[in-house]
Amino acid sequence: MSRSDVLVDADWVEAHLDDPGVVLVEVDEDTTAYDKGHIRGAVKLDWRKDLQDPVRRDFVDRHGFEQLLSERGIGNDDTVVLYGGNNNWFAAYAYWYFRLYGHRSVKLLDGGRKKWELESREMVTAVPERPRTSYQATEQDSSLRAMRDEVIAAIGKRNLVDVRSPDEFTGKLLAPAHLPQEQAQRAGHIPTAKNIPWSKAANDDGTFKTDGELRTLYQDEAGLDFSKDTIAYCRIGERSAHTWFVLHELLGQPRVKNYDGSWTEYGSLVGVPIELGEAR
Amino acid sequence: MPAAASGEAVIEGHVTRAGTPLSAGYARLLNDGGDFVAEVPLGEDGGFRFFAAPGTWTVRVLAPGGVSADQTVTAGYGRRAAVEVSV
Repeated sequence: MSRSDVLVDADWVEAHLDDPGVVLVEVDEDTTAYDKGHIRGAVKLDWRKDLQDPVRRDFVDRHGFEQLLSERGIGNDDTVVLYGGNNNWFAAYAYWYFRLYGHRSVKLLDGGRKKWELESREMVTAVPERPRTSYQATEQDSSLRAMRDEVIAAIGKRNLVDVRSPDEFTGKLLAPAHLPQEQAQRAGHIPTAKNIPWSKAANDDGTFKTDGELRTLYQDEAGLDFSKDTIAYCRIGERSAHTWFVLHELLGQPRVKNYDGSWTEYGSLVGVPIELGEAR
Repeated sequence: MPAAASGEAVIEGHVTRAGTPLSAGYARLLNDGGDFVAEVPLGEDGGFRFFAAPGTWTVRVLAPGGVSADQTVTAGYGRRAAVEVSV
């Protein structure tokens, strides 16, 4: 897999706006952003209402994913192009779902909504009507998802990459700086984790850095051992999906998992080790 | 300076262009080392808000046309630090 298989630029999207086999999907942290304007023809996924289980703490199951995509008019053979705000945090999170459930052709729009907007490209408010499909998902690919016991067992053995900001890693903040700090769990990080903030992988305009720059960042500067398996985590699993995308999809590392339970789970577990301050 | 909850160090403000609110843009928060911490789209009124920690921060506004503007601000617990940016 190469960069062009998983990442497209805005010019590519503009050239394929009317291609019936290409479906644009917007996923935002701010779930009202789509309603204010979106790329023509794009459908919306609401990361909270559509992608989470309404009762249990888990995300949408296979059947729910099939229903969701069928209802949005997305077929198994469609090329899905995801984009969103905040440098594609939630678009990368949704991308990870599409891979987990076996979608064949899925890509991210490099730079996401921000770059598109800042380049003053066309935005519309009209919501497209797509005929219903009968989407068939596969079982979740467990090689892409880490659960808590596996994370605890990985301490000191595998690469653990904490992609949150340095203040969240050291325990000064419990949440990103633009969100209220109201959570009750403990602060800090998983012992032996390296802090490589997701944002280091992105340019100011939200595009991903080059493969060479990314290798330098993760291997040379942060000292990540690419011969080991890797688990990435953040607070709720969306920023770490961005880093999972970089490591697994762009750099082609074969064994990288996203721990979507992330700090909101780990930092609330009883009896697990936590470190404060800088990485040791 | 208006109060904030005691455990919160709020940084908030508005962005204007030629005197009118700029809604088609982004506000980004950088720490004192210049590293990215958070980014939000501007509201309809050009507004933005961050929940930070005490210290010195830079707010960088990204506006259409490749325009950006930086402003430094000092935040403290229980305070709302106001930043007005024109681009």
